[in-house]
Amino acid sequence: MSFEACVLVLVGGFFGGVARFFLSGFVGRRFGETFPWGTFVVNVSGAFVIGLVAGLARFLGGVFAGEMFRDFVVVGLLGGYTTVSSFCLQSLNMALDGEHRQALFNIVASSVLCVIAVGFGFWMIQWMLGAAQ
Amino acid sequence: MTNNSRRRAEVWRLYLAVGCGAAIGSLLRFLSGFIIVTGFGQSALWTTAFVNVVGSFVIMLFATLTGPDGRLLVGPAGRQFVTGGICGGFTTFSAMSLDSFMLVFEGNMFRGALYLAAVVFFALTAAFAGYVLAVRINR
Repeated sequence: MSFEACVLVLVGGFFGGVARFFLSGFVGRRFGETFPWGTFVVNVSGAFVIGLVAGLARFLGGVFAGEMFRDFVVVGLLGGYTTVSSFCLQSLNMALDGEHRQALFNIVASSVLCVIAVGFGFWMIQWMLGAAQ
Repeated sequence: MTNNSRRRAEVWRLYLAVGCGAAIGSLLRFLSGFIIVTGFGQSALWTTAFVNVVGSFVIMLFATLTGPDGRLLVGPAGRQFVTGGICGGFTTFSAMSLDSFMLVFEGNMFRGALYLAAVVFFALTAAFAGYVLAVRINR
């Protein structure tokens, strides 16, 4: 764990967090704050991108399989961008307010859609690289 | 300063608070991974589980302590620094989804589903524990 790696994670985390704050605020203002669509959109989109990145690392390799790329994009940018803590806070607050069905929907839909989004990104890269050959 | 420029300055402060917090949270997650994987020789799956459970506990504890009935008086930027910043940067939904997907991809369908369900369950339980503790402190 080098000094350079720490700097990459710090810078990536900064911009990932800022992007999350911007997008979740934007989506919240647009679609209302009664359901946490902002965090939902952030997590699903982040899962899709990490699927793309994992696909590039596995099927293309090169820079994408390198440690620096992983530290900056996966650990920094995407790790800082997506969040489980806000997801738990919002799900629990809905449940505590008596909105049990909405809380359950948020938990199940976020979890399932995020894994599907990873697969979608991962196989999209496999398909595109396969088609290019 | 006009009202408009004051509001803009407040928004910039919030962005800076979230960005700096997320940078610190991400570095703490990176360090946790180093300790768990290199130090204790455990799978990286434990890192993702650890950060998500701990971060969910802390966010609920802090948010309830600084909430309307809370004991701690913290401004909007300070609140965002810890919740959206440090906790948001420390926890990660993307790595958790990728870990789960990779288990499924490698043929362990059941383990992938179990891993995701378990991390989400324990993160929510930890968040609830943080809430209960904060309500006790607030009383």
